[in-house]
Amino acid sequence: MRVARRRFVAAGAGAFMVALFRGVGAQSDEKAIPVIARKFVFLPNQITLERGEPVVLEFTAPEVVMGFNVPALKLRTDIVPGQVARLRLVPEQEGTFDFLCDVFCGDGHEGMSGHLIVVARAA
Amino acid sequence: MHGNIDRRDFLRLAGLGGVAFASGLSGCADLAATRTRDFHFVQLSDSHWGFNGPAVNPEAATTLKRAVAAVNALSQPPDFIVFTGDLTHTTDDPQVRRTRLREFKAIVAELDVRDIRFLPGEHDASLDRGEAFQEFFGPTHYSFDYKDVHFVAVDNVSDPGARVGNEQLAWLAADLDKLDKEAPIVVLTHRPLFDLAPQWDWATRDGEQVLAILMPHEYVTVFYGHIHQEHHYMTGHIPHYAAKSLIFPLPVAGSQPKREPLRWDPAHPFQDLGFREITGGGGATPFAVHELPLGGA
Repeated sequence: MRVARRRFVAAGAGAFMVALFRGVGAQSDEKAIPVIARKFVFLPNQITLERGEPVVLEFTAPEVVMGFNVPALKLRTDIVPGQVARLRLVPEQEGTFDFLCDVFCGDGHEGMSGHLIVVARAA
Repeated sequence: MHGNIDRRDFLRLAGLGGVAFASGLSGCADLAATRTRDFHFVQLSDSHWGFNGPAVNPEAATTLKRAVAAVNALSQPPDFIVFTGDLTHTTDDPQVRRTRLREFKAIVAELDVRDIRFLPGEHDASLDRGEAFQEFFGPTHYSFDYKDVHFVAVDNVSDPGARVGNEQLAWLAADLDKLDKEAPIVVLTHRPLFDLAPQWDWATRDGEQVLAILMPHEYVTVFYGHIHQEHHYMTGHIPHYAAKSLIFPLPVAGSQPKREPLRWDPAHPFQDLGFREITGGGGATPFAVHELPLGGA
């Protein structure tokens, strides 16, 4: 796990500390954020995180295989129906980052996108 | 070097290439023989047959037919035609998909030129991994030779995750390995092979591996579709040319928040729709690309 964590830190150019999990429960110090990927929308499609706060994004797709991709952060996962895909991360850079579904899922796929918004941590 | 090619630069280079070509071989017996190796072909792309959206194209039922008529009206018929994907608009219904492919095939059968090479786009092939497309048009990746040029059709859409995949990568490497490194190569594909705009899904997941296979070859040119607009770009020594659509234009990447089609302008019907003629013989002289609007001059 440490190796994977280091790899993602490098890939994310220091913007995020990230580890990718599948089928592993969230740890107690992390904030879990459920995200549903359905035709043709992410729910929610705006995900606000606080800088420095560990979170785990927990994806489910009730219909077909979807993809979650934040290209600017080189952060992605497939979302397979019947499974929970988890992306564990600690945002280190404030800003707004586009995300999209990068697995073609039908007529409406092109509009399936959203924003990851990282804000300063509340005092 | 990676970067956009200015259209004027391209034409200037093509023109200079022509001058050097003519002067270098002037009086040489090879000149006439070499020139006869030139040819021209037409690229059509992204007709999305079956699309229904009056706000972006109220003439969706006639636009492809208009393109067929325009190609048939060219003063010099092309040697052959390539169609770089999204022949039809996607549907979840396998029968409707086949109906659209059948209708599309009937419409393009009206083209006077019979030698037509088809590639799938994600709208044709991603929901069934190319099954219906292959029923109508055969393999989704293949190669062929025309005169001195080796053409390769690369499928980056049958995998809904936009991967070419290890099997096709191995096939591509073996196919090109048979060629001299100076042999002219044209790559036809649907999605950009480079990261044009990953935030809009304008990329190929393993496109970098395709480019690594192409890079040792000296004269490679890529023609593709997907982004519904003319676009020129260089990855190293390899030029990439995106074609206009035959259904609706898309905005420049990042120019608006959403990747939504540009709306139909009744004052300028068919604006920014079109196809292109490509002339040359490969090798050191770049292909000349001539864009032809569907809405008239």
